[in-house]
Amino acid sequence: MKGGLFTSGYGPILIVVAILAVLPFGFSANTTLNFLGFVLIVTLAAQGWNLLAGYGGQFSFGHAAFFGMGAYGIALAQVRFGLNPWLALPLAIALGALTGTILGYLSFRARLRGSYFALVTLAFAEVFRILANASTFTGGAAGVLIPLRIEAANFQFADKRSFYWLALAFVAFALLLTQAIARSRFGAYLVAVRENEDAARALGVDALAVKLKAITLSGGITAAAGSLYAQKFLYIDANLAFGPWISVEALLAPIIGGIGTVFGPLAGAVLLLGLGEITKTFFTWLLGGAVPGIDLVVFGVLLILCVAFAPRGVLGLLWRILPAFRGGRA
Amino acid sequence: MLKFDIFLSALANGLLTGAVYALIALGLTLIYGVLHIINFAHGATLTLAMFAVFVAHQAFGLDPYIAVFILTPLFFVLGYALQRFVITPASHGDDGNILLVTLGISIIIENALLAVFRSDTRSIDVPYGFSVMEIGPLFLSTPKVIAFVATLGVAGLLWLLLARSDTGKAIRAVAKEKTGASLCGIDVAHVYAVTFGIGTACLAIAACLLMPTFLVNPRVGNAFVLVAFTIVVLGGMGSIGGALAGGLIIGVVESLSGLYFGESLGQIGIFLIFLVVLLFRPTGLFGAKA
Repeated sequence: MKGGLFTSGYGPILIVVAILAVLPFGFSANTTLNFLGFVLIVTLAAQGWNLLAGYGGQFSFGHAAFFGMGAYGIALAQVRFGLNPWLALPLAIALGALTGTILGYLSFRARLRGSYFALVTLAFAEVFRILANASTFTGGAAGVLIPLRIEAANFQFADKRSFYWLALAFVAFALLLTQAIARSRFGAYLVAVRENEDAARALGVDALAVKLKAITLSGGITAAAGSLYAQKFLYIDANLAFGPWISVEALLAPIIGGIGTVFGPLAGAVLLLGLGEITKTFFTWLLGGAVPGIDLVVFGVLLILCVAFAPRGVLGLLWRILPAFRGGRA
Repeated sequence: MLKFDIFLSALANGLLTGAVYALIALGLTLIYGVLHIINFAHGATLTLAMFAVFVAHQAFGLDPYIAVFILTPLFFVLGYALQRFVITPASHGDDGNILLVTLGISIIIENALLAVFRSDTRSIDVPYGFSVMEIGPLFLSTPKVIAFVATLGVAGLLWLLLARSDTGKAIRAVAKEKTGASLCGIDVAHVYAVTFGIGTACLAIAACLLMPTFLVNPRVGNAFVLVAFTIVVLGGMGSIGGALAGGLIIGVVESLSGLYFGESLGQIGIFLIFLVVLLFRPTGLFGAKA
């Protein structure tokens, strides 16, 4: 690695992670900690999406396919096969990565790009959702309940902060991995494929192999988010694991934060979910009752506004306004 | 011969449902064929149209078959405005952006409906809702037969519009070669918006035909949107005849797989067709265009 800690982009990652790590000492409210844990799970799912779409230019509308594989993978390994969740976790991640490879092989071999790729990923997620909802192996519409047994050895923590730090460790790993990829030869190939696949191919880049590697990593990262989700709530069903909500949030966070940047998914998830909470609270206060869906209306508006006015997301806007913050970007 | 009767009635019902699917897909394929964009908000717009029919009936006592004459122009204007004043300016002409902007529109419509109407499933009560026609050995729902005939009528009108009128000529010119068309003095931005408007107007017609027999809730569009994409892909992107044939095929497949595999797996057949066609024959069964 050439350059110092800061010019290489790893410095800001360490600082951000350190700040996030000491956050739980600042307050003790369980709801806040729960919220932050959820933000980290969405961040991780979004980091998976960002690697494939932000750096590789392959827009997936169905990252729920990987999220659900991770969630069902870790849950079923425990409930059906009695595996320890710590052992099930790498298996679930591998399952997500394998799903990525297969899905990628099928669609990239068929030369599907752009909108077609988006639709195929969406259809795969829907097929998985319907199958998980119908099959008795996956618990059908009733879903899967992971038995409560609070022990660190059983991946269930008495102290909510432990889960938060564990999720943070995953996010930190994904941040470092993204930065390492962005600075690597593979990262350069990936961006080349995004910018102009035919030109990259003409220059000798094996576009299929590059895209396959990206979707495999992407599937694994998002599956890890699904596994964490299952362990946090100890319950999943087809709509939670394979439902469109997570496909949408995994895509919204990087776009709003800054697509194709290391910190985009994290910034976007914090902003998105924070704004969602504020909106919900505001409308509940305004109308004296919860208004379902109102936070998602705000998300939709934000998505259009970002595409229209801030193609590099909120971080891109910041960097445009404050040139001092430049750096750490792909 | 009871078994054959059941098969026959499932087949007929599939054809009738398929016709409405075809009408929904017609709008989608027209927009794709001319603008070369995938309108992800198509399903949500259909939901909006179905709620419009619902409100027209509940608040003003309008029968869906009368409301169609008010809602169709209204949705044409809506589609025109959406394309011209939201989608085009926001997406800067990039395909990926168009997909994201239409996704944003669909999220907004779906959840605004959820906020206003909540997630309850609603239906309208019309006197002819359960009336049936006896044709040979078959008993067919009258509103569905009306929907079938109306769809064929709309498809015919659409064909006439494209083949015979000046607007249609302009649309076809823009679809083939937009730079050339614009050099000939055709206002491409206007033609794009008109096409999008026609595609959206098809949804208002479909909603009016659906509501007498269908239920509506804010998420109902999701069930239709992938079906419509499947039809469009199956029939060949941008092909009107393909959309009609594809719609009928999908209707029959759904009806028959529902009969043999049960309701919950009925939709699986559709998605599998979608994936297989996209992965192995992306030009569609009848399509020449890629």
